[in-house]
Amino acid sequence: MASMAQAIRMALAYGEQNLGIEHIFGEDVGPPLGGVFTVTQGLTKTWNAPLDERGIVGAALGLAYANVRCVAEIQFCDYIYNTIDLLKLAGMSCWATNGDWPVPMTIMTPVGAGIRGSIYHSHSFDATATHIPGFKIVMPSNALDAYGLMLACLKENNPTFYLKPKALLRVEGEEPIPGEPPLTPEGRKQLKAMIDAPLGDRSKWKPQWPALTDYTVEIGKGKIVREGSHVTVVTYGRHVLIARDVADKLRDEGILVEVIDMRTLWPYDWEMISASIRKTKRVIFVNEDTEVSNFGEHLLRRAVDELFYELHARPKLLAGAFVPGIGLSDNLEIASVPQFSDIEKACRDLISELA
Amino acid sequence: MKNAKKFKLEPKQLIRIHDLMVKSRVLEERLIRMYKQNDGYFWIGGPGEEAFSGPLGLQVKKGKGLDFDFLHLHYRSSPIMLAMGAEPIDSLRQMKNVATDPYSGGRNFGNHYSKRDWNVVPVSSTIETQYATAIGTGIAQAKKGCKGITIVNGGDAGTAEGEFASCLIWSSRPVMPLPILMIVTNNSYGISTPAATQHGEKQIADRATAFGIKKAVIDGNNPEESWFAIKDAMDYVRTERKPFLLEAKVSRLYGHSSASGANFVADEQDCLATFEADLESAGVLTRKEMTDLREKYNAEFLEQGKQVKQEPMPSGDTIYDHVYYGQKGRYW
Repeated sequence: MASMAQAIRMALAYGEQNLGIEHIFGEDVGPPLGGVFTVTQGLTKTWNAPLDERGIVGAALGLAYANVRCVAEIQFCDYIYNTIDLLKLAGMSCWATNGDWPVPMTIMTPVGAGIRGSIYHSHSFDATATHIPGFKIVMPSNALDAYGLMLACLKENNPTFYLKPKALLRVEGEEPIPGEPPLTPEGRKQLKAMIDAPLGDRSKWKPQWPALTDYTVEIGKGKIVREGSHVTVVTYGRHVLIARDVADKLRDEGILVEVIDMRTLWPYDWEMISASIRKTKRVIFVNEDTEVSNFGEHLLRRAVDELFYELHARPKLLAGAFVPGIGLSDNLEIASVPQFSDIEKACRDLISELA
Repeated sequence: MKNAKKFKLEPKQLIRIHDLMVKSRVLEERLIRMYKQNDGYFWIGGPGEEAFSGPLGLQVKKGKGLDFDFLHLHYRSSPIMLAMGAEPIDSLRQMKNVATDPYSGGRNFGNHYSKRDWNVVPVSSTIETQYATAIGTGIAQAKKGCKGITIVNGGDAGTAEGEFASCLIWSSRPVMPLPILMIVTNNSYGISTPAATQHGEKQIADRATAFGIKKAVIDGNNPEESWFAIKDAMDYVRTERKPFLLEAKVSRLYGHSSASGANFVADEQDCLATFEADLESAGVLTRKEMTDLREKYNAEFLEQGKQVKQEPMPSGDTIYDHVYYGQKGRYW
């Protein structure tokens, strides 16, 4: 029962050992801390960078130009915005040179609210990331996908954004990562003893990685988390879990909600999404980034463009409030990003609309 | 001849440098003409930097991979590329934005080079981002036994950007000093703004001192001084695997770009005219030989320009090609 943080760590370990990852770096990524969310503890290719996001992204791009595979971390996505022209440069390098340059680099960064992170530790980045052509963008919703999507990124010849839903980093998976100890409380303790750094002096500690194997989630492929026939909820990251719980509740009332976990934001699985919308005739796009110029608006527009005459109700976007940040107080955060009750209400409202 | 210039370089090398400087100047003047004749949408380039950039390009360890030099260039680097063996006609192709442009397939401005086989990373219009990407190839080349170095150049105005500071900091980290030759070609202007009105530091290279980075300030209008300064700096970086900041004072002979008219600026030193006077006084070349050379390149590039005008433009249906590596056609 690896947590998402442990899953990412194991994927990076697999990448170091098998995929030629030579540098994993960022602020506090190397020892002794191993990342503020512990995802880089115990790895051998990690090192600490200066507190300089532009330098971090520039270094990653330069390494990619040198065909040296790397993973760079921006400690919180809230701090990635001053790197935007370098990100654009990474996204366009292959295109601007008419296909001459592969750019094998991964930028990983924690995103989203859910941990009461206040104004500068709660931002989302998906709306901005999806505005940068040339990147492939993934966001896992569970530990196994976190592992498989990271391996997919590490194998890419294009720049990738690996968006970590920070509220899920401590959430344990329900499906085993290939090689991890049994999904039991005992297995969980065993894994923790093997790969979690001890408190205090870590200078002599070394992890014992499980016998990890390749498990790659193909970029561009979504997953139907709950099957249903009345309404489709398309989402990603932590809202997959919330939408899934809503679907489970409404199923008891005979309302069948199909939940799609996009897993990849770009390129995305339109084949899966459109097939589901054709089946249910109703769709809600859910994410927590701010609602204006939101990625969900693009999906909604495409649904209208291509599926308008098959819809039985208005397609809907449920997204974060268009405010500058997430307020710290419980009530402020709850009012700022979609909650369980919001998704439930949106499903009920959409189903109640007459065809 | 009385007061004849005395050179340290051999005549053969002087003639090689002169040939390159003339070739670069004539190429840039051809590009400017193309712009003014509506055979290009925008011109920006490096006339005035030939005396520095030519000797630089001639000393690059050219090739692909970590054992060769990586170049993170700005858009005034045509002499470097020509010195490395770039074909002038390819610069004309990029100016004309035809499909045969090998650097961008008609997608980018002229003098925005990219050549993976020579470790020339994509030139970007964004000012100073090249000092950030240089960090990455520098890291890749920092390991022991690697023979290549990273070379990055930019103008004086761009040193106000954060990436310049990033490069100073990252290249001098005690845990991993980087083999980066940082170059500033200082023409004293940022488009229309005199550097003296925006920069309090006496010399840009002084910023290296705080980081323990070795530095030099040279007359970039003097090709011989440039040659030896570049050689010393390269030797240091290549051997010590540590950074070096080289500031070259240069001229900007046709203004910032076509946006400022792209007309010859007569009150700045012309490095080519100065060099030719010295070559003549030293008896290395005659005036006729130098005039003939210029006319030869003029005629060559005129014909090449005519050829380029006959070459196909990129097709609009190719816009989605290469958003991802190896991908063609619409990708979503």
